[in-house]
Amino acid sequence: MNTLTAQAAPHTHGANSVSRIMLIVILTLVPATGWGVYQFGWPALNVLVLCVASALLAEAACLRLANKPVGLFLKDGSAILTAWLLAMTLPPWTPWWIAVFGGTFAIVVGKQIFGGIGQNVFNPAMLARVALLVSFPMEMTFWVEPKPLFSAGAPNFMEGLAITFLGVPSLDSVSSASIIGHVKTGFTQGHSVADSLASGQFDIFAQGLGTVAGSMGETSALLIGLGGLVLLALRIITWHIPVAMLGTVALLATLCNLIAPELYPNALFHLLSGGLMLGAFFIATDLVTSPSTRVGQLIFGAGCGALVFVIRSWGSFPEGVGFAVLLMNAATPLIDHYVRPRIYGRNRKGEPLAIKENNERGAS
Amino acid sequence: MNLKALTKIKNVFNKSFAHGIHPREYKDITASLPIRRLPFAPRLYIPLNQNIGSPSEAMVSPGQEVLRGQPIAKAGGYLSVALHAPATGLIEDIRLMPSAKGPKVKTIVLKVYEADSQHVVYNNPCDPARMSSSELLQAIQDCGLVGLGGATFPTHAKLHIPRGHQVDTLVVNGCECEPYLTTDHRVMLEQPQQLINGIRIAMKAAGATQAIIGVEDNKLDAIERLRSLLREDDSIRVQAVKTKYPQGAERLLIKALTGRIVPSGGHSHDVGICSNNVGTLAQLGVLLPQGQGLIERVVTIAGPEVERPGNYIIPIGTPLRFVLQQVGVKSQTQEVILGGPMMGDAVSSLDTPVTKGVSGILVFGESNVAAESRQTFPCIKCGQCVKACPMHLNPAQLSMLAEKRDYITMEQRFHLKNCFECGCCAFVCPAGIPLVQYLRIAKAINRESQLKVA
Repeated sequence: MNTLTAQAAPHTHGANSVSRIMLIVILTLVPATGWGVYQFGWPALNVLVLCVASALLAEAACLRLANKPVGLFLKDGSAILTAWLLAMTLPPWTPWWIAVFGGTFAIVVGKQIFGGIGQNVFNPAMLARVALLVSFPMEMTFWVEPKPLFSAGAPNFMEGLAITFLGVPSLDSVSSASIIGHVKTGFTQGHSVADSLASGQFDIFAQGLGTVAGSMGETSALLIGLGGLVLLALRIITWHIPVAMLGTVALLATLCNLIAPELYPNALFHLLSGGLMLGAFFIATDLVTSPSTRVGQLIFGAGCGALVFVIRSWGSFPEGVGFAVLLMNAATPLIDHYVRPRIYGRNRKGEPLAIKENNERGAS
Repeated sequence: MNLKALTKIKNVFNKSFAHGIHPREYKDITASLPIRRLPFAPRLYIPLNQNIGSPSEAMVSPGQEVLRGQPIAKAGGYLSVALHAPATGLIEDIRLMPSAKGPKVKTIVLKVYEADSQHVVYNNPCDPARMSSSELLQAIQDCGLVGLGGATFPTHAKLHIPRGHQVDTLVVNGCECEPYLTTDHRVMLEQPQQLINGIRIAMKAAGATQAIIGVEDNKLDAIERLRSLLREDDSIRVQAVKTKYPQGAERLLIKALTGRIVPSGGHSHDVGICSNNVGTLAQLGVLLPQGQGLIERVVTIAGPEVERPGNYIIPIGTPLRFVLQQVGVKSQTQEVILGGPMMGDAVSSLDTPVTKGVSGILVFGESNVAAESRQTFPCIKCGQCVKACPMHLNPAQLSMLAEKRDYITMEQRFHLKNCFECGCCAFVCPAGIPLVQYLRIAKAINRESQLKVA
């Protein structure tokens, strides 16, 4: 018999681990990403690869600077997930330096400056996306019509590389508006929502399936929603944030649509367009930057939803998921401070329940 | 549709508490095996403090011969019980020996007369029906009964209801929610009548008018067995509860069975309840009428490195080394745990004896030890621990404060004292953070600094 080890209880442990969580989230993103790559061709894949590679490099450099075990933390998969999410929100034909700058920014400024995994206040992918949108509005709102891989007119692999690294040859021939930007532009020009939707050809099925112009991985609400359901089923996330966020947007949109249909598109338009689905299931639910209690998560989700609707309807940017999530991230510590679970044997304020001096339960 | 699936669906509606975890059970190996008896070890080591409270006081001296069942120590105060000789033999020594909790404790060393018949001759029969509540409590203390579920709280003290309080319900804990352990399961199957007798005595002692036996729904055979012995309108009833850890924690079981919540800092009698473990009450049902002392107990021996796992009746004081020789262990043995894997203590020496509170002996190998001492990541604030904590604390927040050594804030603002160290938080943590270990240390440090102040 060997010598005995005496460790403190518990002596058994669940199978969960940080890298398992990250891996599962990435796997649930694969269908929507695959669809994006298929729809927008090789350039979209280039963007994904560049984002991930730059994020990993940035992560390794930061870890080395901080004297932390590089291999161990690279293996946790969090940098890959951050970069992956960022890539999914970028325009698919975006130039290489946007992807590289974004991936690096997300890791260095979004995550490592705060102290690495688990320490960041803001969702790193969204921080990078917003930084890119504010700094490079032209590049970040350059949308293309889907040109499925291997279809006529789609760029081949070499042309894809050229698009990513040398730029798009003739901008006007390929550029298109995303439906959400289209409605916004129409709104500022005085067209009613119905006119804009008609001229922009809003089609529920195209929008739901994702055969429309948009960010690389945000177009297929269906595949993103399916991935989200898998996360729910595996209990990586709970329903509270997605339901609160989507529900709030739907509620506000329906209300406004009922009051002034010519100014506000209906709930379905909101749910299926832009980054809302991705935001609700994958970004707002980021474990690190969302509240840890269920009630807190409901407040957080509702706040995200309300902000998304406000920014989309009355803000100057067509899309508001990134801003909304970041603003609510900032509120997370506050929510966690005030919303605490009710402890067994205590009341909501945290005071012990009253002890009855002479209980008469037995006598009655 | 097969019966198993149907039962599963039905079980969804069984009573339970909020939060908790579902660890793998590992119970099937030992649950179906009848209880067997281990032989006497050549020497038994009987520690003088086997219970929560004050240690017992030795009444024998080295060189003295004792009979099996003879009292060898008396209660050293109210919160203490008597000890009895587990075998006929010779008291060799009273000296310091290793214990499961760490520090060495005063221990009576008994050399067993191996040729003796080991028949229990020492007894003092009585009729519980004719005894008053206080006479019963005294007799229970003389039996040396303590909580056999592992808490080792003296049973007479538990059944004693302070003046001004009244108890209507006796909660009988047959949950056995720790993985591997099946002693309570086997006791319910093999000694149901003794258990029911014990429950009736305990009800009388505590003044309770009804008793509810709470059994996890992974032991449906035990539920049926007990129900078959009870009348339709009996004051004792059996209630299935969900199989979920830590269902057997007293306060959570009370919530599941009666809906009552024990106030923080209060006792179960504050809500009219008194609770006991099935193993304890089964022993009460046997020992009290015969006027005998607690000299042996049922222990589950299991774990990947045990060759002949099962439930064994083991004399109190049998050293682990002897127990493991009897059941056979594989060579990779690395860790021996007394109790269940969630809350049990790992021993540092095989000279540690089996005491009244040992419900299980688990033997683990290298792979388990490696998994326990795995890499720790920073907290990713996933909230799994918050969702698991049955007391609805926030273990992640507490552990961050523990890392900063801010133990006072932990207690004053985050209710550290409500933690009963079930280990759910550390079990679920994907980052491998030793959450409950942090909280345990913090609690111990606070206890000590408060002792200093007082």
